[in-house]
Amino acid sequence: MAEAVDLKVVGTSPVRPDGVDKVTGRAAFGADLNLPGMLYGKVLRSPHAHARIKSVDVSRALAADGVLAAVSGADFPSDRLDDLARNVIARDKALYNGHAVAAVAAKTQQQAEAALELIDVDYEVLDPVLTLDEAMAAGATLVNESQHTNGDTSKPPSNIAVQQAFERGDVDKGFAEADVIVESEHRVPTAHQGYIEPHACTATMNAGGKATIWCCTQGHFDVRSLTAGVLGKSVGNIKVIPSEIGGGFGGKTIIYLEPLAVKLSELSGRPVKMMMTREEVFRATGPASATWCKVKVGAKKDGTFTAATAWLAYEAGAFPGAPIGPGCMSVLAPYDVPNLRIEGNDVLVTKPRVCAYRAPGAPQSMHAMECAIDELARKLDMDPIDIRLKNAADEGTQAPYGPTFPPIGLKKCLEAAKNHPNYLKPLAEGAGRGLAVGFWFNIGMQSSAEVRIAEDGMVTVMEGNPDIGGSRASMALMAAETLGVPYEQVKAHVGDTESTGFCNVTGGSRTTFATGMAVVQACEDIIAQCRQRAALTWDLDAEQVDWVDGEAVPKPGVNADVKPLSLANIARRAGRTGGPLLGRASLNAQGAGASFSVNWTDARVDTETGKTDILAFTAVQDAGRAIHPAYVEGQMQGGAVQGLGWALNEEYIYDERGALENPGFLDYRVPVASDMPMIDTQIVEVPNPSHPYGVRGVGETPIVAPLAALSNAVRDQLGFRINDLPLSPPRVLAALDEQG
Amino acid sequence: MAGYAYLAPTNVDEALGALEEAASVGQRAQMLAGGTDVLVQIRSVDKGPRTFVDVKHVEEANALSMTDDELFIGAAIASAVLNENARLKSILPGLVESADLIGSTQIQGRATIGGNLCNSSPAGDTIPALIACGAVCVIASPNGNREVATEDFVTGVGTNVLEPTEFLVGFKIPRPKGKTSDAYLRFIPRTEMDIAVCGAGVALTLDDDGTCTKAKVAIGAVAVTALPVPEAAAALVGTKVDDDALHAAAAASTAAAKPIDDKRGTVEFRKQVVGVLTRRAAAIARDRALAR
Amino acid sequence: MSKVHVSTTINGDVVEFLCEPHQSLLEVLREDLGLTGTKEGCATGDCGACSVLVDGRLVCSCLMLGVEADSVELTTIEGIAGPDGLHVIQQKYLEHAALQCGICTPGFIVATKALLDKHSDPDETTIRYWLAGNLCRCTGYDKIVRAVQASAEALAYEA
Repeated sequence: MAEAVDLKVVGTSPVRPDGVDKVTGRAAFGADLNLPGMLYGKVLRSPHAHARIKSVDVSRALAADGVLAAVSGADFPSDRLDDLARNVIARDKALYNGHAVAAVAAKTQQQAEAALELIDVDYEVLDPVLTLDEAMAAGATLVNESQHTNGDTSKPPSNIAVQQAFERGDVDKGFAEADVIVESEHRVPTAHQGYIEPHACTATMNAGGKATIWCCTQGHFDVRSLTAGVLGKSVGNIKVIPSEIGGGFGGKTIIYLEPLAVKLSELSGRPVKMMMTREEVFRATGPASATWCKVKVGAKKDGTFTAATAWLAYEAGAFPGAPIGPGCMSVLAPYDVPNLRIEGNDVLVTKPRVCAYRAPGAPQSMHAMECAIDELARKLDMDPIDIRLKNAADEGTQAPYGPTFPPIGLKKCLEAAKNHPNYLKPLAEGAGRGLAVGFWFNIGMQSSAEVRIAEDGMVTVMEGNPDIGGSRASMALMAAETLGVPYEQVKAHVGDTESTGFCNVTGGSRTTFATGMAVVQACEDIIAQCRQRAALTWDLDAEQVDWVDGEAVPKPGVNADVKPLSLANIARRAGRTGGPLLGRASLNAQGAGASFSVNWTDARVDTETGKTDILAFTAVQDAGRAIHPAYVEGQMQGGAVQGLGWALNEEYIYDERGALENPGFLDYRVPVASDMPMIDTQIVEVPNPSHPYGVRGVGETPIVAPLAALSNAVRDQLGFRINDLPLSPPRVLAALDEQG
Repeated sequence: MAGYAYLAPTNVDEALGALEEAASVGQRAQMLAGGTDVLVQIRSVDKGPRTFVDVKHVEEANALSMTDDELFIGAAIASAVLNENARLKSILPGLVESADLIGSTQIQGRATIGGNLCNSSPAGDTIPALIACGAVCVIASPNGNREVATEDFVTGVGTNVLEPTEFLVGFKIPRPKGKTSDAYLRFIPRTEMDIAVCGAGVALTLDDDGTCTKAKVAIGAVAVTALPVPEAAAALVGTKVDDDALHAAAAASTAAAKPIDDKRGTVEFRKQVVGVLTRRAAAIARDRALAR
Repeated sequence: MSKVHVSTTINGDVVEFLCEPHQSLLEVLREDLGLTGTKEGCATGDCGACSVLVDGRLVCSCLMLGVEADSVELTTIEGIAGPDGLHVIQQKYLEHAALQCGICTPGFIVATKALLDKHSDPDETTIRYWLAGNLCRCTGYDKIVRAVQASAEALAYEA
C-alpha cells in the first residue's frame, strides 16, 4: 500500500468531473428525460393501512380521455411472487396506506391523475397494526397470516418475522462483577432518508420485447434484475440507464415504479414517464425502522465494562427485512466486552416497507447503548472519552459479531477528540455537551471497471456505480495516482447496464473501496500493457520496463538508449503495437475496513419552550484514507446533520387508522440551513491494509453518533435524561414539566 | 363553463366584474394573491375547477399609504416588499415581522398579508399581529366598500366573511402615536419553514413615565381562529409592563387558549408556550415603545 | 377548458407558450419548455429546488402559475452562467465541494444569486436564513455557506 507521503493526486480535492453540468442545470436526473410521444404514468395508492383487495376494475379509467393503458396487480406474473413484487403492486392485500394498487398512463399528467379517480377498488378494511407493542402483543392482528417467526410452523403465526440472538461469555457473572450498572430503554421514531429528488423513471419497450429504463437509482444492475423478476423477464431484455441521482442514502437501492412503467409502456406502445410526488415518497417508499431498544451495561469502578446486553425490536413495515442484523452487530462494536447478549426482532406492521437508510440499523441501537454508556460515565464520574478509551476495541479485539478487528481507528479518533480545541473549549453558559461514538462495517461486494486510453492519452474510466456524492472524482483521483498522470487527464463515467461491467449497488460505503479497487486494478492492467508496448517499441522484454510517473522507462541497469514513453506516446502508436489500450478488472472485494467516529455537540434547550438549539458540532472519523478530503468532510457533515435532524424533529406521525399525517417537507421537518451551525470535522487516517490506497469507506458512519451525542448534550444541560427521540419541543417541555 | 380559467383585472371594478361574471354562470371564482397557499391546495385537498382572479394587478390592492392618522396596506403587496419598506417597518415592526415570518425567502417574494388572512388558517401568522395593531379590513363589494375589524373577519377554519362576489382590497391601520409599538412572536420547531404551533401579537402604548395606557393582545394557532385576549391586555394596562404584569398577561393567554392536539403540538404545549410568547412579545413591544 | 397564451422572457429570450390556467410555472418550464435544470423536490414550496427569479425576485416556480409569467422577466439556472463561462457563484460551489448529489444545487445557486444581488456582504446568519427555503440533504449546509461567503468575497473583489 502506498504511503501518504508518496501520493501526488490522492488526498487532493479537485473539482469533480460532473461538476459543471450540475451547477448549470444540464445534469439530467430521474425526471429530466422527455421522449417524443411520451405518456405520464400515475399510481393509485391504497387509502387504507390494511385491507383485503376484493377486486380492482380499471375499465372506466381505460376509457377516459387521453388514457392509453391501465394495470393492476392481476396484470403481473404471479408465479414467482416475492415480497418485492407485492410491494411494487399489491395483490390480495393492501398492507399500508400508500401501497400501490393500480396504475395508468395518459397523454398528460392531469389526464392520468383524473383517470385514477375512475379506478374501482373494492376493499375489505382490516385493522391496522401500527406499533411494535401492538404487533408483538399476544393476539395481535396479523399482517401476514402465514408468517411464523423464523419460519417455525410448529408455533402459531406471528408478526415477529425473524428473531436472532448471539451471546458471548457469561452475562450473569459479568453483571455480578460490576460495581455500577445502567439499564434503560429507548425508542427512536421512523425517519425517512429525505432525498430531495423524488423517485422517477422513464421506460420504453420496443415491439421486440426489449425494455429500456432511465431512472434514478443507487444501483442500475439491481434495477435490472429486480424489474426482470417482477415482470418475469430475462435480464437480457432489460437495459437500465442510470440518470444522475438526487440523493438516496439507501432509499434508492430497491425499485417501486420501474416495473409499472415498463408494463404501461408495453401495453400502450409508448414511452412512459413516472414521477412520484413528495407525498408518495413519504407514504410509499422505504423509511428507516422505528425501534424499541432495551440496553444494560455494567462496569467496574475503573470503568472497565464487565457485561452488556441489548434487546432490539425494529419495525419492518409490511414485509420482513428490518435491519436487525446490523443493528445487533453494531450496538457494541466499538467496545471490548467480555460478556454480552444481543437479541433482535424483525417485526411486521402495516406501514411502508423499510429500506436501507445510511448505516441501516446502527443509529437506533447505538443511540440506546451510547446513552447508557454516558450515564455509566456520569455514575463513575469519568470523562465520556476516558470511559470509551478504557473499553475501546482495537486491532486484535474480537468484534461482538465474531471477526477479529484488523487495524482500526477508534482509539485514534478518541484521542484526537480529547485533544481537539472544540472539546477543550469551555461550554457556553447554560448549554450542555454530549459525546458519542459511531461505527459502520463498510462492505465490499462485486465491482467491475474498465479503463480506456484515447489516442491522445486521455483516460476514460468506466464503472457502474451511480455517483451520489462525488465518486467520479474519487475514481479519477485513484486512476490518476495509479497511472501517474494528472487528475485532469482522467474522466470517470458511470456506464449503463450494457456499456459497463456489473457493479453492486452504490451503498454500504463500498464504492470508493470496492469499485475504487477495481479501477486501480484496471489501471494496473493498463500499466502492464504499456510496459509491454514500450518493450515492443524498444525491443526489450516487458520485465525490463518500469512505469514511473506516468512514463515507461527502462529499468535501472537495462542498457537502452531510449526516451521515456508517456501514456500519450504509447496511445498514439497503439495501432502499431497491438491495438487500443483497454484495461479491465472485476472483483468481489474482500477486506472492507470498519470506520469509527467520535462526535460531540454543544446544545442549548430553551427550558420555557423545549426547543433545542445546536450551538456547535464536531465530527472526528477514521476514513482509512481520504481520497478526496473535501468530499469526505462533506459526508461527515451531511451525515451529522441527518443524524441531528432525526434526533431533533424528524418522525413519521400516523393517525389511528394508519394514515401518515405529515407526508411532506412542511411537517416532516428535516433541518434547514438556519437550524445548523458549521459542522467541524477532523479526518483521522488509519489506512485499511486491504485497499491499495487504504480506503475504508466513509459515507455511513457519520449518521450514527449524532443521535446519542444530542441526547447526551440535552441530558448534560437538563440534569435528567429523556430516553426517546425525537427531542421535539413538546416532548422536551413535557419532560421538563414532569421534573418540576 | 367547467374548468380552470385565469383573469388578471387591473382595478377594483374589473375584479368585481370578474367575480360577478363567474357567479352568474355558476363558475367558482377564487381570488389569487401570492398563490402560496392556493397552488398547494389545488394539488391536494381542493382540486375543483375554478376561475382564478389575480389580485396582484389590481391597483388599489397594491396601494401603500401613510398619513398622520392612518396607514393603508394593499392586500396584494408581497411580504418581501413590505419588509423592504424601512418606514413601514419602523412604524409597525410587529406586523411586518409577522409577515416576514411566513415561509422562506421564496415564499416572501409572493405571499401577502391579504392572502394570509383570506386563507383563514387558525395558524396564519399575520392575523394576531393585525388584530393587535387594530387593523380594519377593507372589502370591495358590488355595493361599494365595506369594513370589518380583523378579529371579526375569520369565521372558522378556512372560512371568512367574504361573499363570493367580494374581495379584500387592503387594511386600514390606525397610525401608532407616541410611545406605541407592537411585536409578534410565534413558536415553530425549526428556525424557519414551519407553520406556527402557536403565536402571540402584542401592541401597546406607554405614557411618558412608562405606564401602559393601552394594550391589545391576540394569540394564534390555539383556537379555531386567532383570538383577541382582552384579559391579557388588561393585565398590562396600568402597569409598567414589569415581570409581574408580563406573567399575568402570559397566564391570561394560557387560560384563553383552546388548542387541539395535532402533528404540530399538544394542547398542553400550546397553552404553556402561548403564554411564554405573550410575555416575550409584550416585553419586546414595551422596549420598542420605550425607545420611541 | 382552453389553454392560455403567455408571452414572457426567459434568460433574455422572448418565449411564448400555451398552458392550462392551473399548470404551475415549474411544470411548464420542465415538461413543456424543456428547461429541466429547475428541479421539482416537493411541489409545495417547502424545498426550494424549483427556485427561479421573477423580475429579479426569488420565487418557487412550483407556487406560481404558468399564466402568471406573462410579461415578466424570468431567470432560471440555465441563465446564470454567462457567455464567458460559469458565474462566480457556480465556480465557488464547485471549488468548495458545496454539492454532493446536485439535485438541490440549481435552486441554491439561483437563491444565492438573489441573495448576493441584494446583500453584497452577508454574514453567516443572513446567509443561513436566506437559504432556509432551500433544502439540502447531502451537505449539512456547511460547504454551501462557505461557497456563498467565498462568492461574496470574489464578487466584491471583481467590483
